Amino acid sequence: MLAFILRRAGQGLLVILAMVVIVFFGVNVVGDPVWILVSPDMTQDQIAEVSRSLGLDRPIWEQFFHFVGGILQGDLGRSFVHGTPAIRLILDRMPATIELALVALFLAVILGIPLGLFAGLKPDHPLSRGVMAVSILGFSLPTFWVGLMLIMVFAVMLGWLPATGRGDLGSFFGITTSLVTLDGWSHILMPAFNLALLKISLVIRLARAGTREVSLQDYIKFARAKGLSRSRIIGVHVLKNILIPIVTVLGLEFGSLVAFSVVTETIFAWPGMGKLLLEAIQRLDRPVIVAYVIIVVVLFVVINLIVDILYSLLDPRVRLSGAPA
Amino acid sequence: MSSKAAPVPAAAPAAQEETPFRRFVAQFAEDRIAVAGLLVFTLIVLAALLAPWITPQNPYSLAKLDLMDSRLPPGSKAGDGFTMMLGSDGFGRDIFSAIFYGLRISLAVGAISCLIAATVGMTVGLIAAYAGGRVENLIMRLVDLQLSLPAILLALILVSMFGKGVDKIIIALVLVQWAYYARTVRGSALVERGKDYVEAARCLGLSHARIVFRHILPNCLAPIIVVATVQTAHSISLEATLSFLGVGLAQTEPSLGVLISNGFQYMLSGKYWISFFPGLALLVTIVSINLVGDRLRDVLNPRLEK
Amino acid sequence: MKLAMKRALLATCAVAYATFALAQDIRIGTSSEPTSMDPHFHNLTPNNQIMAHIFEPLISMDAKQTIRPGLAESWKVIDDTTWEFKLRAGVKFHDGSDFGVDDVIATWARAPEVPKSPSNFSAYIRGKTIEKVDDLTFRIKTAGPEPLMLNHLAQFGIISRKNKDMTTEDYNSGKAASGTGPFKFSEYVAGDRVVLTRNDTHWGGKPTWGKVTFKSIKSDPTRVAALLSGDVDVIENVPTADAQRIKKDARLTTASALSNRVIYFHLDRHRDTTPFIKGKDGADIKNPLYDLRVRQALSKALNRPAIVERVMEGEAEPASQFIPESYAGTSKNLKPTAYDLDGAKKLLAEAGLPNGFKITIHGPNGRYTNDAKILEAAGQMWARLGLDVSVEAIPAANFFSRASTGGAGGVPEFSLFLVGWSAGTGEPSDSVKALTTTFDRSKGTGSANRGRYSNPKVDELLLAAIRTVDNAKRNAMLAEATEIAMNDVAIIPIHYPLNTWAAKKEFTITPRSDEYTLATSFGRK
Repeated sequence: MLAFILRRAGQGLLVILAMVVIVFFGVNVVGDPVWILVSPDMTQDQIAEVSRSLGLDRPIWEQFFHFVGGILQGDLGRSFVHGTPAIRLILDRMPATIELALVALFLAVILGIPLGLFAGLKPDHPLSRGVMAVSILGFSLPTFWVGLMLIMVFAVMLGWLPATGRGDLGSFFGITTSLVTLDGWSHILMPAFNLALLKISLVIRLARAGTREVSLQDYIKFARAKGLSRSRIIGVHVLKNILIPIVTVLGLEFGSLVAFSVVTETIFAWPGMGKLLLEAIQRLDRPVIVAYVIIVVVLFVVINLIVDILYSLLDPRVRLSGAPA
Repeated sequence: MSSKAAPVPAAAPAAQEETPFRRFVAQFAEDRIAVAGLLVFTLIVLAALLAPWITPQNPYSLAKLDLMDSRLPPGSKAGDGFTMMLGSDGFGRDIFSAIFYGLRISLAVGAISCLIAATVGMTVGLIAAYAGGRVENLIMRLVDLQLSLPAILLALILVSMFGKGVDKIIIALVLVQWAYYARTVRGSALVERGKDYVEAARCLGLSHARIVFRHILPNCLAPIIVVATVQTAHSISLEATLSFLGVGLAQTEPSLGVLISNGFQYMLSGKYWISFFPGLALLVTIVSINLVGDRLRDVLNPRLEK
Repeated sequence: MKLAMKRALLATCAVAYATFALAQDIRIGTSSEPTSMDPHFHNLTPNNQIMAHIFEPLISMDAKQTIRPGLAESWKVIDDTTWEFKLRAGVKFHDGSDFGVDDVIATWARAPEVPKSPSNFSAYIRGKTIEKVDDLTFRIKTAGPEPLMLNHLAQFGIISRKNKDMTTEDYNSGKAASGTGPFKFSEYVAGDRVVLTRNDTHWGGKPTWGKVTFKSIKSDPTRVAALLSGDVDVIENVPTADAQRIKKDARLTTASALSNRVIYFHLDRHRDTTPFIKGKDGADIKNPLYDLRVRQALSKALNRPAIVERVMEGEAEPASQFIPESYAGTSKNLKPTAYDLDGAKKLLAEAGLPNGFKITIHGPNGRYTNDAKILEAAGQMWARLGLDVSVEAIPAANFFSRASTGGAGGVPEFSLFLVGWSAGTGEPSDSVKALTTTFDRSKGTGSANRGRYSNPKVDELLLAAIRTVDNAKRNAMLAEATEIAMNDVAIIPIHYPLNTWAAKKEFTITPRSDEYTLATSFGRK
């Protein structure tokens, strides 16, 4: 087990290194960040001074080694734009993104499982066909387009939900979150649904496929023959068995929710780390992009690791080793 | 890790009685919705290919556009005399023409990136499966790493580093997609490798390349086709999203994503057509591909056979 | 059943939300977000406009950028290089301490020296030495005459002497955010909002608003949606696409001011063959932009009213010079060049280029209102002049570094490109100096002269003007320099955009020409 974790950590480090190199030199190719930062009425000498104070006048490889040296001391550098440590900027906004991703995950489960279960149990029912059609639509609809439509309908035309931003924050066992206030929920519903759309379709499909496979198994037939109530068969035996793959996949998908929040956060002005990343890209705020990549990769490695370990616990047939199966 | 990888669909050794292709067609046609999807998709591809001959305006030629024609509602007459069936955008582009030309770009980006990614992925996957040992280990580690990062994030960072342009977005899309093919191909190839005919070919002293490409590869095609349809739809959608975020394609020769993005700002002022029709075109394209892909998966994957 | 319940729940949410805002509160949707709460960290409009609520400058500028007393109540010119200022008595900082000359001295020490600042205020402070006379009186000495003294002093806020050594983080957290302004710092959530509360004891009287919330909503349609759905009370930078509709909406009110910004084309005037202009056969040709007739032809072929009406949807005015004619120091003789395609073709033929040439024009994407669209519109118009035009809109991040130093040997890269320039001082001396005087690093002239235009007459007039303290004389010189540069088509001005704000109809708006969105500009009917 330990060897497995170590190997994983090593892989994560490799990804981080590769991404950091790409971003570091990539930003340099895109342009000199100094020109976005300075105000237009500064003279060339003043601009050169800013460049010097940010260390941008040094050759790129020298900046890189300086940066790597910083990392080794736990310093990911300061945002060019904000002047504050990049890592703090991101960690400050991480709770908002995690909150959004969690609610999206929750929506995916409570909407996706019942629909998928139904479609799986009655594959020929017209409603089931409808559900499957909707799930194809859910896979196909571009997220940004749906986001705008949601705002148009629910915020502008009907006026039910606020269009943008995060609601009032409350405190719950020391965790600051908007999920404990009514205002918070009214703000999070639309962006979370938007983000969840793809995952809802995914869960519908997993649940349907799982249900169809499970209902043909002998123990379900046996349970029926034994005269167990229909709701008990579905609620206990079917659900329990389709849940394992769904939970596993959703665990892995959590990371992709965090990544996809770049789109949703931009449309709904949700103050999370995805919006920060896009802004950092637009402003060539290299330290923030690099720090984001590092944090997200670490997040992914950890999530994948947890899922793998949980999976091996749930399904004893899976052995954790570093070698390919 | 291979432990978390979805169960690899086994290659489909088609039944022997009729020709496998006929059986495949018959099975595919059982689902009328999928057939409709295929029909729509064929029409879309035709429309995109024939765009210069069936559209009233070349929306990419500055000399053909007139600012005075901008933001006209559907059905208006343009300065040049033709009717703008779906209205015009903020530059005086006829939306109808722009959608057809935009489809060309979107489909081309999707198809080319898939083709390259599939080629790269197949080669790498086959090498992994056939070579085994260290080589396989190394390649599959790389694939795992790649798949552990979400495509949208990787593509976003790559494109913003490369800059705008069709070539750059294709490179980015290839880089985020090849691993899917590699994983699929390796899975199927592993199964094939163990079969007798490969052993027989080896005994005959055929070259490695010949065995891999002439014997193993054709038997791995079914799952690749399924992955390719899904990935084409995915990359079209990804391109539109990147363009929407402002890091994809250039403004002057808009793909569907850029058209939608441009129209986005007019949505609230009631000029819905600038964004709505390109959005619809994108949606229909992706849905039709997904419908076909869905059916292909059912037909080519014997595990789900009724 | 379930659906009905859900609907009821949603309705409750909406009601709870609507009643939440109190009559004394105002929520403002901004199109950008401040990068810091440190008043001296980043000299940038999104920062400065929020800082102006908390930290006040010595001199204030009203909505039309006219000089007004701020923390300095009065001033007099002692001689060409000495000014004396008298501070307002009885002003207190938010933390209760008294305001005096020592705070001004502290600001002088801190503002130019903020570490890691991407653009600080040193341009306004360096070369001005402070001498304390008494607690409320001080003098500023300069090396040479400084006619723009007051404009410069209006650009940055005064901090308390206690917070002189505080870091940017201390300001962001609110620890050091004590100013004299009409509002106190309350909350800063980076990327989301800034909340300010009323300073009841402000010297200018009790402000209208008890609580001011700035919400940053970058995406244009989303910002409009936020206003329409009642999420915010006011928005800045009303997108041109929605301006007409919002003006017709009975629930809303709008107000606009002509901005001090000009959108213009800069032309390559420093390379004999310029990289983005070729003959129609693709061969190198002599830079045609050297020829006045070609420049005039390009200007005449631009249909400015069409750009204003179709691209800007009426939210702009055709431009003839660096800033709108209503400002001081502008020429009253210049008129926007009229659209004359035939005349333009004739000029081109006279210049020996009857068949035109091949050209790629460049511009930023997302830096100025509709920038990429204006660029494409101009491309269309020049295509009608007979040129083979390609249009390349580049993300702002990339554009400015290339436009400034991207060419071979670190010179500006592009041949003909779209840029904008705003005159923060409310007169054209900075514009003339930065855009059309000879590029010279050591003298600091032509700092944004990316076309490298050079005309000794313009240089001479400008250098004389910025040493002339007499307003009338200086303005006459600036107007003359402007006329020379414009008649020589040193730049091709296109339009001055309008800044438009929109609010719910129970609000009033006083629009500002400097693009600042200030809570004090809004009132309740």
